[in-house]
Amino acid sequence: MPKLMLLGDEALAQGALDAGISGFYGYPGTPSTEIIEYAQRSKQAAENNIHRTWSSNEKTALETALGMSASGKRAMVTMKHVGLNVAADPLMNSAITGASGGLIIAVADDPSMHSSQNEQDSRYYGHFAMIPVLEPGNQQECYDMAFYGFELSEKYHIPVLLRLTTRLAHSRSGVITKEPIPQNKMRKPEDMYQFMLLPAIARKKYQHHLELQNNFLAEAENSLYNVYEGEANSKKLGIITTGLAYNYLREAFKGEKIPYPVLRIGQYPIPEKQIHQLYDSCDELLIIEEGMPIVEEQLKGLAFPCLKPIHGRLDGYLPRAGELNPNLVAKAFLMPDTTGKPVPEIVVGRPPALCVGCPHSDTFLSLNEVMAEYGRGNVFSDIGCYSLGFMPPYNTINSCVDMGASITMAKGAADSGLFPAIAIIGDSTFCHSGLTGLLDCIYDKANVVIIILDNSTTAMTGGQNYTGYGKLEDICSGLGVEKEHIRVFVPLKKNYPEIINIYKEELAYKGVSVIIARRECIQTLKKKNKMETEE
Amino acid sequence: MKQDIILAGVGGQGILTIATILGTAAINRGMNLKQAEVHGMSQRGGDVQSHLRLSDDPIWSDLIPFGSADMILSVEPLEALRYLPYLKEDGWIISNSTPFKNIPNYPPEEDIYKEIRKIPNYVLFDADTLAKEQKANRSMNIVVLGAAITHLGFTLEEIEEAIKVIFAPKGEAIVEANLRALQAGMAAN
Repeated sequence: MPKLMLLGDEALAQGALDAGISGFYGYPGTPSTEIIEYAQRSKQAAENNIHRTWSSNEKTALETALGMSASGKRAMVTMKHVGLNVAADPLMNSAITGASGGLIIAVADDPSMHSSQNEQDSRYYGHFAMIPVLEPGNQQECYDMAFYGFELSEKYHIPVLLRLTTRLAHSRSGVITKEPIPQNKMRKPEDMYQFMLLPAIARKKYQHHLELQNNFLAEAENSLYNVYEGEANSKKLGIITTGLAYNYLREAFKGEKIPYPVLRIGQYPIPEKQIHQLYDSCDELLIIEEGMPIVEEQLKGLAFPCLKPIHGRLDGYLPRAGELNPNLVAKAFLMPDTTGKPVPEIVVGRPPALCVGCPHSDTFLSLNEVMAEYGRGNVFSDIGCYSLGFMPPYNTINSCVDMGASITMAKGAADSGLFPAIAIIGDSTFCHSGLTGLLDCIYDKANVVIIILDNSTTAMTGGQNYTGYGKLEDICSGLGVEKEHIRVFVPLKKNYPEIINIYKEELAYKGVSVIIARRECIQTLKKKNKMETEE
Repeated sequence: MKQDIILAGVGGQGILTIATILGTAAINRGMNLKQAEVHGMSQRGGDVQSHLRLSDDPIWSDLIPFGSADMILSVEPLEALRYLPYLKEDGWIISNSTPFKNIPNYPPEEDIYKEIRKIPNYVLFDADTLAKEQKANRSMNIVVLGAAITHLGFTLEEIEEAIKVIFAPKGEAIVEANLRALQAGMAAN
């Protein structure tokens, strides 16, 4: 079979394609974006007519994937960890409806917050929803677990959560592929009650879900992905690893045999049988997990500590925050430090910045001129490239909380009397989570100015399409913004007098104004021009 | 053979192309490979790095441990210094000397060169000018790769083979420009 060099994200996508998937759904978010991008580029996906467009947000994506599963076909939904918060409602409920065709919810976590607002661990959501969780430890497992995940999902009619982390999602290695299998045939659910969560039905289904827990535990205890390496020289310590931690452990011991018994977890719920075996045979345990200390917490119990010491992220053997690496793991074994020379003092940071020629730059600088008389603290912003407008030389924006929060926070501030209350939101973000907030503003006739930065793309994640493209004025007017208060300008230096005039006019209006700053992202424009010259 | 390489630069300078070329050459030899990349926010003009690990033996970690990189291969001098904690005692720095200044507080070049020269094994040279001389303006990254070939234990032919395969879809002229850039870099070593 062929060996491909794939990112973890790509290996998962290729695995899904070979495992007979019929549709990918998702919203772009680092480090998950490359799963769908790979499927979009794939010739195999095109030939087999696999659905693979972006959704408005993670909630619509998961619900759409659930619909495809309900129709008997295999589907995958992809997102980053914070996106799972947006999709939390259908996640919790799909655990109760269950799936029909295989349904994998692939979530890429970002410990160390390389490109994120927090470092939450999606395994907690899997635990919360009480569904099986798979956690690949390398690129080959990303590929293989697509097959296994769909099978497990169809065996118990349950969505399966597959958790990646940045370092695996964005690292490349050789992957051996299998013979592709055909897609499922379309079929309606046999049970017309399955996706009907009226309370009386939901109670029964919840009971059934609880009864399934023993099966999920048995599957985990017998899983190929939960490996117990019990033969060891010393039983002083037992080690539990999850995700990439096993790789760092082997690296710390330079590829030599580990002197202690090791349990490697790749499938949840946590395999109790193997954990008891390890606990009973060792004096102490060390838990090395990528992300938050969920296994460690489950083992410790809060009120009644174990009789034997359990070490990990909670007692300082490993840092409480951030992703792991081989040195941190080695340190937990008190191995000597191998760090090379320190970074010389002259080395300064090179933080990310708005690209030269970025349209947001002109929107920010012109807005600063108008805002000079009000001081800082009036401009609420959102998640996207434009959050860099916080940095000098702009210092324009004062908030960045979650997708869509710019509009609703500005409304809340206006409700408390702040003037002016300005929201800045990207075009893709507006379609992801801004629409309902805008509706709130219109309902309450809030005195807000909403600036939509329309650069025709989801720029932060590399230029993906989005669902409201070309329709922003229609959407705003349809929701109820008065036509004369939907203003559009082109963010360019030569237009500053016009732009500033628009800002001033809309600030003077007591009600909802939407100002659309429209100029294409400099990066997607460059890419297009390059493609044209190469053709 | 085992090579742990930190590829360093600023977003858009072409370090992932270097990784692809070295990776292809390694796979042609039947070696194992792991390559951790940086995506997302950092690519907006920030510092970027890639951990490239090549080995005849199995490779465990996607990340290179501190103090064990055989080489820092940098297309920008300041970025070469940012990853010194990864470099092992007798490791090499191969770096372009042309700065990429997109920050207001970029340190004086001479101070940067002074720090690089403190490393026992280094090659510091103006890859931008060499690329221009070869009429291969956009192949500065390949010039830097050229200077690293022998220290990595590859032959010129192995790397040339990889370049031919990777750039073939872009046409003969691009392939030729990159081969010229590679040879110029190798001669500069």
